Amino acid sequence: MIHSTIGSAGHLLVIIAFVTALVATFAYFKAGMSGGTVEDTLTWKKFARIVFYLHVAAVLGVVFSLYWIIGNHYFEYHYAWKNSSLSLPTGYTISSFWQDQEGSFLLWIFWNVILGCVLIFTNRSWEAPVMTVFALVQAFLTSMILGVVIPGLDVKIGSTPFLLLKEVMPDLPVYKMDANFIPKDGNGLNPLLQNYWMVIHPPTLFLGFATTLIPFSFAIAGLWSKKIQEWIRPALPWALFSCLILGVGILMGAYWAYETLNFGGYWNWDPVENSSIVPWLVLVAAVHTMIIGRRNATALKTSFILTIATFILILYSTFMTRSGVLGNASVHSFTDLGLSGQLLIYLLTFTIVAIGLLIYRWKILPTDEEEVSTYSQEFWIFIGATLLCLSGFQILATTSIPVYNKIAESFGAVLNMALPADQIGHYNKFQLWFFSLIIVLTGIGQFFWWKRVGKGKLQALYNPLLIALIISAAVITIQEIKDIQHIVLLTTAIFAIVANGTILLNIIRGNYNLSGGAITHIGVALMLVGILFSSGYTKVVSINNSGLMISRSEEFTSNDNKENKENITLWLNKPEKMGEYMLTWRDVRVEPRNIPGYIPKSWVDIVEGDFHAVALRDIVVNDKKYNSKGDTIEIFPENFYYEIEYREPSGRIFNLFPRVQINPRMGGIVSSPDIQRKVGKDLYTHVNMVTNPTAEPVWSQTENFTISLRDTFFVNDYVAILDNVVRTEQVEGVALGEGDAAVKAIIRILDKDKEYVLTPSFVIRDRMVARKPEVNNDLGMRIQFQEINPQTGQFSFAVNTTQRDFIVMKAIEKPLINVLWLGTFVLIIGFILATIRRFKDFIKMRDKETLASGKDKGTPKVKPQIA
Amino acid sequence: MKKIQIFGLIIIAVAIGIIVTTAGDASTYVDFTKAKEMAADGDGESIHVVGKLKKDATGQILEMEYQPAIDPNYFAFTLIDNNNVAQKVVYKNSKPQDFDKSEQVVVIGKMQNGTFSAEKILMKCPSKYENGKMETTEHTAAKS
Repeated sequence: MIHSTIGSAGHLLVIIAFVTALVATFAYFKAGMSGGTVEDTLTWKKFARIVFYLHVAAVLGVVFSLYWIIGNHYFEYHYAWKNSSLSLPTGYTISSFWQDQEGSFLLWIFWNVILGCVLIFTNRSWEAPVMTVFALVQAFLTSMILGVVIPGLDVKIGSTPFLLLKEVMPDLPVYKMDANFIPKDGNGLNPLLQNYWMVIHPPTLFLGFATTLIPFSFAIAGLWSKKIQEWIRPALPWALFSCLILGVGILMGAYWAYETLNFGGYWNWDPVENSSIVPWLVLVAAVHTMIIGRRNATALKTSFILTIATFILILYSTFMTRSGVLGNASVHSFTDLGLSGQLLIYLLTFTIVAIGLLIYRWKILPTDEEEVSTYSQEFWIFIGATLLCLSGFQILATTSIPVYNKIAESFGAVLNMALPADQIGHYNKFQLWFFSLIIVLTGIGQFFWWKRVGKGKLQALYNPLLIALIISAAVITIQEIKDIQHIVLLTTAIFAIVANGTILLNIIRGNYNLSGGAITHIGVALMLVGILFSSGYTKVVSINNSGLMISRSEEFTSNDNKENKENITLWLNKPEKMGEYMLTWRDVRVEPRNIPGYIPKSWVDIVEGDFHAVALRDIVVNDKKYNSKGDTIEIFPENFYYEIEYREPSGRIFNLFPRVQINPRMGGIVSSPDIQRKVGKDLYTHVNMVTNPTAEPVWSQTENFTISLRDTFFVNDYVAILDNVVRTEQVEGVALGEGDAAVKAIIRILDKDKEYVLTPSFVIRDRMVARKPEVNNDLGMRIQFQEINPQTGQFSFAVNTTQRDFIVMKAIEKPLINVLWLGTFVLIIGFILATIRRFKDFIKMRDKETLASGKDKGTPKVKPQIA
Repeated sequence: MKKIQIFGLIIIAVAIGIIVTTAGDASTYVDFTKAKEMAADGDGESIHVVGKLKKDATGQILEMEYQPAIDPNYFAFTLIDNNNVAQKVVYKNSKPQDFDKSEQVVVIGKMQNGTFSAEKILMKCPSKYENGKMETTEHTAAKS
């Protein structure tokens, strides 16, 4: 049965959400316009609030409907069919919610209504103008998932997630036979996204996107209601909160990439990554100018420009990643849903309105009477903010290359520009210098901020500088850093740590509430050190030195040995030397759902197209028996883990399990690394190519050998010796009764550095002959005991060979990557402290204002708390 | 001149520097004919070429060579660009996953001694997740 009610309800609620957003925009606009009587304004405001609450209810209803469809596996819906499947564990069912464009818009809409409610409750005095902007943004966002065709014009607005499969793909042949066909199972979630980070990264990132709207709304509200300076106090804690959440969201994405993707790092300069870091950089700059904006007119103007720019950059980023304009350029952009026009209107509306309003009000903005002194805090903060913006601008200028092509195209020109071939080199050219300067300024700026230095007294900076130089010199010598850019970045980052650390020690005794800035700066400096070492000094461990290079030996050694040879081939159970390690690929393992760790694939038989497997033996892990032979257990059918044994020179052994995901319906393999984490460095290993673990081996034509005892013969280039044929009482899988007889041959096979013994058996059971072949995967060989000839005393064997299993893998070392993650945590703590401090400031001021206005009326609503 | 003006001038200068460098570093989309011309002129810039794999009537990929048993870091194939010019491409890294089902391939690199030496490969594969639509994946022959 097709559950059409829930979809129709969802669709209707989207329409209601859209309409209420429009009405709320209008009502809040009326309430925010001065001119009417006080009663009028109040009435409009109350009405607007009720409409906005309706909007909130509708949005929550939409979210619930879509989740209901996915959670209940209603595969008659395209969204559920495309993004989820029965075998998906609950946690990942949640992430299929935002796997597609519509769901991710919905996530964004959801965060906006939550934030809108928080603002209404915490800030009544700014409600009307701020919520006007909020409601308008909501109208645009809900329009993206509207899915309504305007009759007559044939214009489609938005793309709804509530379409039935047969509405999306009416041409499927199955609908000709059965109009009510419902797929049994869905397509499933992209295996790469089946990762816990993918459950929390998108909501965090979208909360980050959503929060950039708040400082923007306050800036617009400030311009609109001519509260040119007052907007900063309520906006600042939110701007800091936004920095925190957006930053954490981006870093979670980076960490997910490091753990899951196999490009060997956490940052790929991908347009999607870039377009989220640029608004963050600008927002950080905005926070700095906002802090001094109440004292300095230039900073105030800049604060307006930067908060507006942040939000517009978020819209631009949305446009780039969702309109299909990136095309070839990005690995993970969304595909074009035909929303490009709508997205462009959204982007342009806010750009034009915001910039227009800013220009209109520019003349009432104050100007500074005298020049800012080089020895003032404002000067240094201002330079820092400028550098952050330039850094963002450089990233944006390159990332937008596909956009230039599109713009040229619309004017009829062909530009054919492509992203730089060496992206890392291109970005480093600027960013290394920008960040060296920025990080120095964090130290100097803090000294000026806390008035430790000033005109004619710079002595306070000498000690930190000296300490930093000594530490840097030591690190440079020990780590043998030769690149001048790296030396500069390292020295400046260490200076920042020392300088900010000095300040931190000074102020933390007075009031730790104020330490947010210094802590955040130390976090950034630590991150830069971590990035410098882990990226700049990555070492490929898996350099291929094997002697198998005969075919191109000349090429291999030419060019100063710099040709790529970063991957090595490992054969099953054949040790291979790699760097200082001895490597052996031991086994393929699968991941059971209710048993810790991974179990050998040979222990189970995977049921095809299902998430169950049948145990071929008792499953015992860590001396605990989980299942008996013949039990059906739940597994993750797409995940295979390649057990690679690392033997260190000391003899210590550890295993890594890089993963390969095989999704038959997707028809491809996707590999993810496994990482051995040490304090000083990470050892990162991933498999690039495997012989398909789910495919049956293809056996060669049978070769027959008839030989006598102790004869030597050659199979598949190996020397084999028939050592003996002995009577045996036990043959696995065959129950021997009385009168039955069994013999097994003992065949020794000599490999280069190892001997194998294969024991195929020959059984006479109930006067019938049974032959039990033996397979050896290391050799890629199967031997079957064919015949015993009592007359000649000779034995016959049938031998088949197949390609031996191998993997191609790569291993790299990432030194000091933990400093990056440590810096991340320090940064987070710093932002939290700063946010709390500015929020307390705001609350204090708000309560004072409420009190003042309450006194005017003569009836104080809030009892003053005298602390 | 006031400090703010000097400051403004410096920013404008840096911004211009950024734009000029971006334009200089940006690569271009060309075809193999142009790539050969560039190599002949001694232009060592890395370029993008878009093409399709050479396939026979049954869809089998022709002239593709990857033997991990001998060398896991040597992968060669023939790419046909949009003007139907076929060219041997060598990629000194392991063969990208899902290469066989890619519909469109973008190679980034330059012509060297008659073969196109690719530093990076971008592939468009028919995506299971986006029915009928393409998905891009990226592979780099990192030189670290």
